[in-house]
Parts: sequence; C-alpha cells; structure tokens
Amino acid sequence: MEVLVILVPLALGLGLAGLVAFLWSLKNGQYEDLDGAAWRAISDDD
Amino acid sequence: MSKQATRDFSHYVTDIGSGLKHIDLAVEGVSCSGCMSKIERSLSALPDVTLARVNLTNRRVALEWKQGTLDPARFIDRLAELGYKAYPFETKSAEAKEAEQSRFLLRCLAVAAFATMNVMMLSIPVWSGNVSDMLPEQRDFFHWLSALIALPAAAYAGQPFFRLALSALRAGGVNMDVPISIGVTLALGMSLVETIDHAAHAYFDAAIMLLTFLLVGRVLDQNMRRRTRAVAGNLAALKAETATKFVSRDEISEVPVAAIRPGDIVLLRPGERCAVDGTVIDGRSEIDQSLITGETVHVPAGQGARIYAGSLNVSGALRVGVSAASEGTLLAEITRLLDNALQARSRYTRLADRASRLYAPVVHATALLTVLGWVLLGASWHDAIVTGVAVLIITCPCALGLAIPTVQTVASGAMFRAGALLNAGDAIERLAEADHVIFDKTGTLTLPELEVTNAADIPADVFSLAGRLALSSHHPVASAVAQAANAKSPLIGVVEEPGQGVRAEVDGVEIRLGRPAFCGAEALAAVRADVDPEASIVAFSRADEKYLFAVRQGLRPDARAIIAALKQRGFVIEILSGDRAPAVRAAAAALGIADWRAGVTPADKIARIEELKRQGRNVMMVGDGINDAPSLAAAHVSMSPISAAHLSQSTADLVFLGKPLAPVLAAIDFSRKALHVMRQNLWLAIVYNLFAVPLAICGLVTPLIAAAAMSGSSILVMLTALRARSVRRA
Repeated sequence: MEVLVILVPLALGLGLAGLVAFLWSLKNGQYEDLDGAAWRAISDDD
Repeated sequence: MSKQATRDFSHYVTDIGSGLKHIDLAVEGVSCSGCMSKIERSLSALPDVTLARVNLTNRRVALEWKQGTLDPARFIDRLAELGYKAYPFETKSAEAKEAEQSRFLLRCLAVAAFATMNVMMLSIPVWSGNVSDMLPEQRDFFHWLSALIALPAAAYAGQPFFRLALSALRAGGVNMDVPISIGVTLALGMSLVETIDHAAHAYFDAAIMLLTFLLVGRVLDQNMRRRTRAVAGNLAALKAETATKFVSRDEISEVPVAAIRPGDIVLLRPGERCAVDGTVIDGRSEIDQSLITGETVHVPAGQGARIYAGSLNVSGALRVGVSAASEGTLLAEITRLLDNALQARSRYTRLADRASRLYAPVVHATALLTVLGWVLLGASWHDAIVTGVAVLIITCPCALGLAIPTVQTVASGAMFRAGALLNAGDAIERLAEADHVIFDKTGTLTLPELEVTNAADIPADVFSLAGRLALSSHHPVASAVAQAANAKSPLIGVVEEPGQGVRAEVDGVEIRLGRPAFCGAEALAAVRADVDPEASIVAFSRADEKYLFAVRQGLRPDARAIIAALKQRGFVIEILSGDRAPAVRAAAAALGIADWRAGVTPADKIARIEELKRQGRNVMMVGDGINDAPSLAAAHVSMSPISAAHLSQSTADLVFLGKPLAPVLAAIDFSRKALHVMRQNLWLAIVYNLFAVPLAICGLVTPLIAAAAMSGSSILVMLTALRARSVRRA
C-alpha cells in the first residue's frame, strides 16, 4: 500500500495539470470562436 | 446634394496602447472557411494592419493597425469589394458582461468537473473497500483527501448557486438555487463531521457531482442566449444606423448615430430613413411614418415639423435639428404606456420557479420528518440526522435543475435554425401557452419594402427602360421600380425635376418617370386608382406611350399559408393596425382574416389586449412599429420582425428573420413541444423521487446508490430534452 504515497499525488497532480491547462486556454480566448476553429484546421493557406 | 460625405468611424475605434488601434466590424454573409481566409488575407494585405481575425461564431472581424494614416473606412470599402457588407460594431456593456459571466461559469464547471473526477477516483476504492477488507485508516485517509478536494472546489464552483439563492432569500422568495445550496452545504458539512468521526460513509462525491451536472445545465443555457444575442447585435449594427451631420455650415460628414448629440444638425436626403428625433429647420418633403404609426399615407413635412426616428423621407432634402438622439427618442405617450406594460409582465412566474416553490418546502419537510421519525423510533440523533441529510441529497434537484434549461437550450437552438431568435428566457413557456394572435399589418403581415404589383401588365422592354431611368431618382417608389426591373446601369443625362419625376432622352425620344401629371397620364391614373386605391402610382411615358406602375407594400410571401396553419392549430387571429380601413380591409381579405380593426392607437391596442386578458386569453402580439412597442410588452408573449424599430425589437420576446412569416409558426410549434418535454421531464424527476425517497427515508441510501441515482436521472433527463429538437410538421 506504500505505492499510494506515489500514486495518489500523481493522479491529483495530473488532474490539476489538466484543470490549469483548461483555465489557461479559457483565459487565452480559445473558446471564443468554436465554429471558426473547426474550419481553420482544414484551410490550407496559413 | 451630390456632395460625397466623408465617413467618420472614430467613435468605434479604441486605442489598445503601444501605438495600435482596434476596431470590431460586424460582417454579413461570412459562413464558411473560404470567406474567412479570403477576408483575413485581403485585410492583412493593407499596409500597417497588424491583425485581421474573423470570428465565425459571432460573424465579426477584429482589426488592429498601427496608428497613422490608415482610415478605418478603408476596411469597410475593402470588404465591400470582396462582396461583404460590414459595419463597425460597438460591444454593448450588457454583452460584455454576459461574456464575462459565461467565462466564469465555464471556470466553475472546470473546477467542479476536476473535483468530481478526482473524488470519484477516491470514492470507488472506498465503496469496494467497505465490502471487502479496507483498513479503517486507509478509508479515513481517502475521506480526508476527498474533503481536501471537494470543499474548496464546492466553495468556488458553487458560487453561481449561492449568490442567486442569497438574492432570492433577500427578496423574500425561494428559487431552485435555495434547495440546491442547502443540500450541497449540508451534505458537505455532514460528510466532514462523519470523516472526523471515522465513519464509513461520506457524500463528498455526490455533492460535488451534483454541482457539476447543474453547472452543465447553466453553461448550456448561457451559451445559447449569448449566441442569439450576438446575432441580434450584428443585425442591429448592419442596419447601418448613420446620419449625415453638418460639421460646419455646408460641410457634411457621415457619422454613427451614437455620436450624434442633441443640438446637432443633420441632413436627411430623399430615400433615407431618419435615425434621430428632431424638428425640420429647412426644406420641404413628404415623409413616410409607417414604422411609427402604421399609417402608409405620406405626410407633408415643412419647416417646424416634428420628425421621429424611423420616418422615411420620400421626396425632398431636409435639414433637421436634433432634439434627442439614438436612445430614448420617443413620444412621451408611448414611453409611459411601455413602462406600465413592462411592469405588468414582470409578474409572470416561470415553470421552474413554480416547481421549486412547491418543491423546496416538501423536500425540507420530508427531511425534517425523517429525522424526527427516526428519533421517535429510538435511533440516536446522529444517525437520524445522517439519514435526514441523505434524503436531502437524494432529492436534491439535479434532474429538476437540468430538466428545464436543457430543454430550453435545445428548443432555442432549433428555433434559431428556423429563423426565430429568443430575447427572453421564459418566452418559450409563454409562447406555448398563447391561444390568440394579434398581428400588426404594416411591416409585419406586409413586407417593409415596396414592390410593383402590376409587373405582368407591362412590356419587358418598357419595364427595363423605366427601371434604368428610375435608378437616377432618390424617391423610394422609384427605387422600388428600379429594383423590380432589376436595373443595373443608369441612363446618361437624366434630369430630376424636384417633386415631379425624372426625364431623359433616349434615341431622340423623351422618356419620363414620375407623377401621372408629369407624364400626362392623369386620366389613366384615375382609372387605376379605382382598381387599387392603396397603391402609389408612378407613371412612365415614352413619346405618346403611357404606362402606370402600381407600387405598394406586398404581403409576406407565405402569409396566407401561415395564417391558415395557425387557424388550423386553433388560434384566434385578428389584425390591429394603425393604418386606414381600406388598406387593412384589403390585407385581411387577402389573408382570410375576418377580425380586423383599422386606425387603432397604441392605447387602443393595449385596451384590446387587456380586454382579451380579462376573458382569460393568452395573447401573442406580432408587430414591428414603434406604435406597437407598448402592446408588444403588454401581450402575454410578443414577436417582431428583424426589420422592426429598435424599441419594438428590444421589447419583443422573439425576433424573426427574413421575408417569410414561417418562423412565427415554427417558434410556436417548437415552444409547444418544448413545454411538453419540460413537463415530462418534471414528471420523470417526480417519479424518480417516488422511488428514491422511500429508500433514503429508510436509511438505505449509501453514497454509492446516491451517486448512481443522481447520474442516472441526469442523463435520462438530458436524453429526453433532445426530443425538443424536432416537431412533427402538420
């Protein structure tokens, strides 16, 4: 069970990293234009 | 007045520091990736432009450039060359606030979802450990970890609910947020106490999961409303509310209406719609006030005449002294009626609030009775309270909180696609209850634009020649002829005789377009006027040949079919119009509406609505004019076309786009379906409680059962909500 000492903080840390990444992307305006982002991915000129 | 006005958009330009300027443009017709890259490439190619980015969701372009010689009007010209109509867009403070609110809800949802996943990861070992061989120390350790995650997460992510619950309590009422807040707080508090006591069960997972599901509902709701509002805001900007202002004695500049102040002097050319209220200083003309009064006959306007925003100048140029600009431009009478009507409407209670008014006392009483019952049966206070809190958790309105917003989101999305934009959140419920429809005539049943009604009687070559001649006139009736003829190239050497018409010489023959007298066609016109007294007559002469064009506002193309469909659904339909009786009679006869009144004032319209209300009818008002605004507010539910006056549009619950009347019917069908699904969802929630509550009262609900029941019912409710997407077409 000593493995918990590593696994639990590791799981929490990963989750926290995901949360921080989401909050960063939200702050960065990544969700302002969801329709446009879908099209930009397939447009080939930039 | 051939002078080209300069355009001044400085009102919309913001300074973003380090020598850069920023402007937002609303663009019409951007809908694909092709347009997006075309616009971005073309605008970035302009010198000094540092950023050109299209937002496809709200159909806007953000532009930044180095301060200097670049005139923002260039962007608009460049977009026009590409075939897009654009107009500077000013973010209204309400929209900015809503965007911030939406980001906050998303942050809350992210925090809650993160906490739910991690607490669940800790809970599953505890649930399985409880039936096998987990050491109590390990269980306590997991509970403490859960508490460490869930408590701060709930404190943050619960804010939207706590705030609304507090404000409802302060106002002396109860809404859905009150039981949610109480349930979550008690569940977390009880779990903390249990953890300290080394007990087997803690409900951190259920509490935080509840918040997550409810936040999903809130985020969906918010996003749909934001999207609708962005489109409505763009359309308002694209209506290009500009005025031609005198910047000096004889120098003019085209400026946005928002930059006009009382005391300014504006020029109103023939064919232009006035954007301000004011008094004529100089000039003679006729004005069309149909957007204000519903009356289609033109009114003469000379020095000293009052002009209201929304009037269309028909014949001569006018200099107008501004008395009030953009906001608050109305007749005192209409404003007063409107205020009264709006107050009356705010008393409507939404289905969700009615449900929670019943719900909260029942749930809280059940929990209290459970506690007392167990104590009377000899259980300890501790065990009794734990069971009571379990009742609160299991009944916490997870499904109830999702039942209505998810349906509303789905239904408003369907309406959006059908061309109806929702202004008010509770409009769906009110629309579904409507059983009596009152239509305004001018601009609602009829199209706001003029059209030629006797095009078939006129030879094609004459029609196209007349159309080319008409291009040189500013008169709105002439413009209708030009448009009907699809004329593109104006004739050369056209002379305009003010107040009479236009003439030109083609192949040595003089042609004229204008008043019948100007073309020597009075006798013909007199005969025509008997046939169709409502139409404006334009005459055309080529040497001795004379032709007449009858021009008037046509009915919306599908008006007859939609009225018939409404009747078939059991609606009582009537027309209340400010226009004269013959015009209203003709429209009513064409549409098969037996019940109509003409020459109705705004106060009379309200009186009629009140009378119907007293008879227990739920009135839906469809209108566009400023004279309709008070009755739009007084009606149970209201709808305006997008061409409506500003005031009417902001008062109406729904706004519909385009020429057809079909969105009115679609909105009614979707709202009826939505109300049906909402009711079903509420019943589902009740049935779920009928099964779950007895279990909870008996003390059989473990955290595992609570979590499973909660997620199961939420998913069920969301799936049912999807049915609101489609209606059966009759």
